[in-house]
Amino acid sequence: MENDKLILGGREFTSRFILGSGKYSLKLIEAAVKDAGAQIITLAVRRANTKEHESILDYIPEGVTLLPNTSGARDAKEAVRIARLARELGCGDFVKIEIMRDSKYLLPDNQETIRATEILAKEGFVVLPYMYPDLYAARDLVNAGAAAVMPLAAPIGSNKGLAAREFIQILIDEIDLPIIVDAGIGRPSQACEAMEMGAAAVMANTALATAGDLPLMAGAFKQAIEAGRAAYLSGLGRVLTRGADASDPLTGFLR
Amino acid sequence: MDNQYFIDSDALSPAALEKKHRLENDPSSRTDHMAYLPGMERIQSDIMDKVLSQMKGYDPSKYTARDVRAALEHETCSIEDFKALLSPAAEPFLERMAEKARLETRKHFGNTVYLFTPLYIANYCENYCVYCGFNCYNHIRRMKLDLAQIEHEMEVIARSGMEEILILTGESRAMSDVEYIGEACRLARKYFRMVGLEIYPVNTDEYAYLHQCGADYVTVFQETYDADRYEQLHLMGHKRVWPYRFEAQERALRGGMRGVAFSALLGLADFRKDALATALHVYYLQRKYPHAEMSLSCPRLRPIVNNDKINPQDVGERQLCQVLCAYRIFLPFAGITVSSRESARFRNGIVKIAATKVSAGVSTGVGDHESKYSGQDAGGEQGDEQFEIDDGRSFDKMYKDMEGQGLQPVLNDYLYV
Repeated sequence: MENDKLILGGREFTSRFILGSGKYSLKLIEAAVKDAGAQIITLAVRRANTKEHESILDYIPEGVTLLPNTSGARDAKEAVRIARLARELGCGDFVKIEIMRDSKYLLPDNQETIRATEILAKEGFVVLPYMYPDLYAARDLVNAGAAAVMPLAAPIGSNKGLAAREFIQILIDEIDLPIIVDAGIGRPSQACEAMEMGAAAVMANTALATAGDLPLMAGAFKQAIEAGRAAYLSGLGRVLTRGADASDPLTGFLR
Repeated sequence: MDNQYFIDSDALSPAALEKKHRLENDPSSRTDHMAYLPGMERIQSDIMDKVLSQMKGYDPSKYTARDVRAALEHETCSIEDFKALLSPAAEPFLERMAEKARLETRKHFGNTVYLFTPLYIANYCENYCVYCGFNCYNHIRRMKLDLAQIEHEMEVIARSGMEEILILTGESRAMSDVEYIGEACRLARKYFRMVGLEIYPVNTDEYAYLHQCGADYVTVFQETYDADRYEQLHLMGHKRVWPYRFEAQERALRGGMRGVAFSALLGLADFRKDALATALHVYYLQRKYPHAEMSLSCPRLRPIVNNDKINPQDVGERQLCQVLCAYRIFLPFAGITVSSRESARFRNGIVKIAATKVSAGVSTGVGDHESKYSGQDAGGEQGDEQFEIDDGRSFDKMYKDMEGQGLQPVLNDYLYV
C-alpha cells in the first residue's frame, strides 16, 4: 500500500479521494483536506470568478492540487474558453471537463467532451473528462489525450450510488487510464465498492456537504476508500453465488 | 373585497380622461389582445397550446387528500401530482410539502442562496395596465437615466459588493429603445458578473443584440395566463398583446440568452390556475430547450403610488408558500426568486424551503440608489417607484441575515461565455 500512488499528469497522489465542487464552503474544504485527506480539490471556475469576500481560492491549503472544472459550459467551445480562463487565473494545468446541455439532469455530453478533450490536451492541459459511462466514448477520450476517465455513478447530487455499476466495471476492465468514479456517490460504502471494483479514485461532494457531521463523514469516506483500495489490491476472494460448494467436483468422474 | 384599480389623476386632460374612461368601461373600444401588432415577430411554437389546454382542463376542487398523499410519495412529480399539490386539498399538507421541497432544494442547490439587485433605468411606459404604478395614466415623476447616470448608479451598487444586476425599464420603446438598453448592458458588464434584463418583450434579433451587449438572462412576467382576464387588466399599449408576451422567453432563448425567468402576478386571476400555467410554461420550454436555465418568481400584488388599495386578494402567505413548495417539487432544477415585495420574515423562512434567490438593497424607483444606500440626498432628480417594497434590507444586512439562517450567500456562480 505504501507505494500505491495515483498518478495523474505526471503528479503523484497518495489520496484517492477527490472533493467535487457542487456545494462548497470553507468548512467543507477544511473537512475534505483534514479529515478525508483530499489532495485534489475541484473548483468551479464560474464560482472562482468572483469578487466575493469568501472566494474559494483563498482557502485552498498549500500542497493541494486545484482541479478547475468547466461547469456551465454547454459545448466544447465554451469548455475550452473556461479552461483557458482557469489557466489565466493561475489555477494550473489540470482541468476537469464538464459539458452539459441539459439543465434538468446535468448529464454530461460525451461527444462535446471528446472534442474539448482533444483541443485542451493538445494545449498541454492535464484533461480529466467527466462522462457518461460509455465504452466507445471512453476509448475516444483515451485517443483524444485524456489523463483519466471520470464516469458518473448516478445523476449528480442524487446520492444514489453505483447506478451505472456494470458499465463502470467495463471501463475499468477495458481502459488503460485511471477510472475515477464521479457523481452520485452518496455513502462511504458505495465509495468502498467502487474502489473494490478497481476504480482509481472517487470524487464526492454532496455526500459530504449534506452530512450531519461533516468532519466525521469526511473521515468515514477516507477509511472506506482506503479499505476498498486495499481489498482491490489484495485480490477479492471468491463469492459463492448460490448454495454451497460441492465437495465432490461435478467433473470428478473424468479420467 | 375586489381591487379598486381605477384612479383618475387631476393632471390628465379632459380628452385623456375621456379616453381612459372609455377604455375602462367599453370593452369594444379596446384592441384585440390576441392579435399581433405590426413589427411583432410570430414564431412557430406549440407551447402556448399545451399550456392553455392544461390550464383549461384544471379543476383544483376535484383533487382530494388521497391525490396529495400520492403526489408526496412519488419520487418524480407528474403534472397530475403537481395539480394536486396546488389544489385546496393540499393545504393541510403544507408542512409535509415544505419538507419535501426543502430536500429537493438542498439536493439541487446545496446550502446556498443567491443575491442580486434590480436597477430601474427608466419608468416611462406606454401601457395602461390598471394595477401597475408605471401605467401611462398614473401621475408619477417620470425619469430616464442617461448613460452617465446609469454608470453612477452601477458604481454605487457595485461598491456595496453586489455582483448580479437585473436591469429594468418601464415598457416604452419610444423612451427606452433597444440600443439604449444595450448600452446599459455594456456598462453593466464593467461592474457586474451577471446581467439580467426585465424589459418589454422584443423580437429574436433584438434579444440576440442585447445578448451581444452582455445580457444573459431575460425575465418576462406574463402577469396572468388567463387571457380573458388579461384583457380586462391591460387596456392599452403593446403589452396588451398576450401571445407576443407569452412567446418572449422562447424568442430570448432563440436569440442566444442562457436563461429565462417566468412569473404570474398572483392575485390578478385564479392563482392556482396561474401557478399551474407558469410552471408548465417552464416545463414545456425546458423540454424543448434542455440546455436553458429556468427560473420562476412568485410575486403578489402590491400597493402602488396613488393607489394603496391594491392587495393580493386571496393569496395569503400560506397560499404563496404552498405555490412555492409545489413549484419546487415539480421543477426541482428551477431557480426560485422571492422579491422584496414580501416581508423579511417570509423571505427568511422561504429561503430555507424553496427559494434560491433573493434581492437586496432594492429600489423600484429610478436614480435613487445613492440616496437610498448612503442616506444622503444626492441632489438629483428621481423617478417614482413601480410598487411598494416590504423588505428593505441592504446588501450587507441581507448577506449577514442569510448567513445567520445557516445559508451560504452566493454573489456569482456564472461565467459569460
